[in-house]
Amino acid sequence: MRRVLVLGATSAIAQQVGRLYAARGAELFLVARNEERLAAVADDLRVRGASVETAVADLDDAGRHEDLLARAAPLDVVLLAHGVLGDPGETGRSAEAAEAVLRTDLVGPVSLLTRAAQRLEAQGSGCIVALSSVAGDRGRGSNAVYGAAKAGLTAFLSGLRNRLAPAGVRVVTVKPGFVDTPMTGHVAKNPLFASPERVARDLLRAIDTGADVVYTPWWWRFVMLVVRLIPERLFKRLSL
Amino acid sequence: MQPLESWGRYPLARQAAVPVHWRSDPLPTVHGTLLPFGQGRSYGDCCLNEGGTLLATSRLDRFIEFDPGRGVLRCEAGTRLGDILAFAVPRGFFLPVLPGTRFVSVGGAIANDIHGKNHFRAGTFGRHVLQLELLRSSGERTVCSAEQNAELFAATVGGLGLTGLVTWAELQLRPVQGPFIDTETVPFSGLDEFLAIDADSSQRYEYTVAWIDPRRRGLCGLYFRGDHSARPGKAPPPREPAAFPFDLPEVAVSGPTVAAFNALYYARGRLRSGRKLVRYASFFFPLDAIGRWNRLYGKRGLLQFQCVVRDPAAVRALLDRIASSGLRSTLGVLKTFGEVPSPGILSFPRPGATLALDFPNRGADTFALLDALESMVREAGGALYAAKDARMSPATFAAAYPRAAAFERHVDPAFSSSLWRRVRAA
Repeated sequence: MRRVLVLGATSAIAQQVGRLYAARGAELFLVARNEERLAAVADDLRVRGASVETAVADLDDAGRHEDLLARAAPLDVVLLAHGVLGDPGETGRSAEAAEAVLRTDLVGPVSLLTRAAQRLEAQGSGCIVALSSVAGDRGRGSNAVYGAAKAGLTAFLSGLRNRLAPAGVRVVTVKPGFVDTPMTGHVAKNPLFASPERVARDLLRAIDTGADVVYTPWWWRFVMLVVRLIPERLFKRLSL
Repeated sequence: MQPLESWGRYPLARQAAVPVHWRSDPLPTVHGTLLPFGQGRSYGDCCLNEGGTLLATSRLDRFIEFDPGRGVLRCEAGTRLGDILAFAVPRGFFLPVLPGTRFVSVGGAIANDIHGKNHFRAGTFGRHVLQLELLRSSGERTVCSAEQNAELFAATVGGLGLTGLVTWAELQLRPVQGPFIDTETVPFSGLDEFLAIDADSSQRYEYTVAWIDPRRRGLCGLYFRGDHSARPGKAPPPREPAAFPFDLPEVAVSGPTVAAFNALYYARGRLRSGRKLVRYASFFFPLDAIGRWNRLYGKRGLLQFQCVVRDPAAVRALLDRIASSGLRSTLGVLKTFGEVPSPGILSFPRPGATLALDFPNRGADTFALLDALESMVREAGGALYAAKDARMSPATFAAAYPRAAAFERHVDPAFSSSLWRRVRAA
């Protein structure tokens, strides 16, 4: 029986991961901010075969982190799926808005995963999976702050993986491209968009197969390789 | 990401679309009118709202409660019937009424009060809805059933999405022993032979339907009948089909190719006639094997014609008229509705024979045939099915749905649709 902590359980991708785990009869500990939505997700996953516990919490509040992890323990998988995109215009102008995005997408996750890592390291097993983003592979003018947060998270996960490998704890970095979720509800959809179902399947396969860094869909790896190879002299003039 | 067009892709309508992610959310504030949009599997314009806003419900697809003792499932209204089957069949349950595709939402099934191949036994989908929650533009949430708020329930079942947004529904499932269907295919020619086979089959089989090809030389067809098999077993849920990737040019579905296809399909059916054990999906949803098959009909789309008429002579006249038109249909379906009363004020199914055909949109010729068929149906006292309709006149609608005025009292003032404005035009 697998016991999985889902942080940001009402996110579109986390809901789909939850369904895949529910089909396997897993034990899920779901954390989200909105009580009604969390209850809707919990009921869905219960009906689908999971045993579910829930906790309502704002994960920006680091004071809650230790308590949440203690309640959720012992854990096999920690899935970090919460995050905000932030309004690019606003985060470009307002330092407060930029800081809020960094708190949700980087500072909070580092706090949570540091505590999770302690526990998994002590038990000598387990897997940390976090949703980073292709946006962290190179900063772009249209979402510099979100990109910076995800770049920081990607680097942190890479370091954590390196540190925890000897202890037998795995760390998986998942980098989706554009996903059709409420987070991107305001963006016009194009063929580059993937469904949350697709991202969830790729994520679970990464956990099952022992991958370290997965791009989802897979071809983003090559797209981002090209994006990273563009010389900065040229890149700075592109409208991205 | 779904194309917000109807399955027939005719007519085209321009409208906004707002996804509904949570059943606890209030309705969005918009200019103009609202209309729920599920999977876009109705054919004409009953799921379109020109100049207004569609409430896209595909993410409203959560299960809420399942009682394995009573076989009762409560789920959100955007849940697709195929996803319910994938959940229910391994647990020994099945949906009591199924349409020809598993890609329809519960909300769509309620709004069109859909029927299946077992209408003469099970009636319509709405008969198996124990209760539902309706979210009105006033912000009020009303739980409706045949007992509680019964009038609003009768308006919402078959109510074309006009009474508000159905957020969740509770469905009575039926037990099954496994995923298999015992089927038999019987080739026939002529309407009389159909009627004889049908009269006999409805006594002995739970599901019956006929594929037909009305030709100048006379009607030929394949009669499919089946029952749930007692054989237990596992059937992996069918995969999401690969979508047909582009719009075919219009010559692809034209007189000669349709004639050739139908001849081949009939010949194949004759060769394979007899009894067979098949998985439920291939019996109920043969067309689901190809995603977006409506693209085969080209950019201009297709028009469905589905009517119900009581008198077999009227069926014969309709078939003759179609055969003599020279326009061919690939997906002709003929079946019989039974006497089980439909629960909705605007429900389509009523006793008689129901004939469904689809025609590629070739403009004036197609419209002329559909107009002729429509007036024949009206004269025969029959009805056209709103879920398949893009053309019926207000007069035809009023004649077939005499309780429309009683229904109209329950229409939410903020809700409307392209179809509703068309059929209620003064």
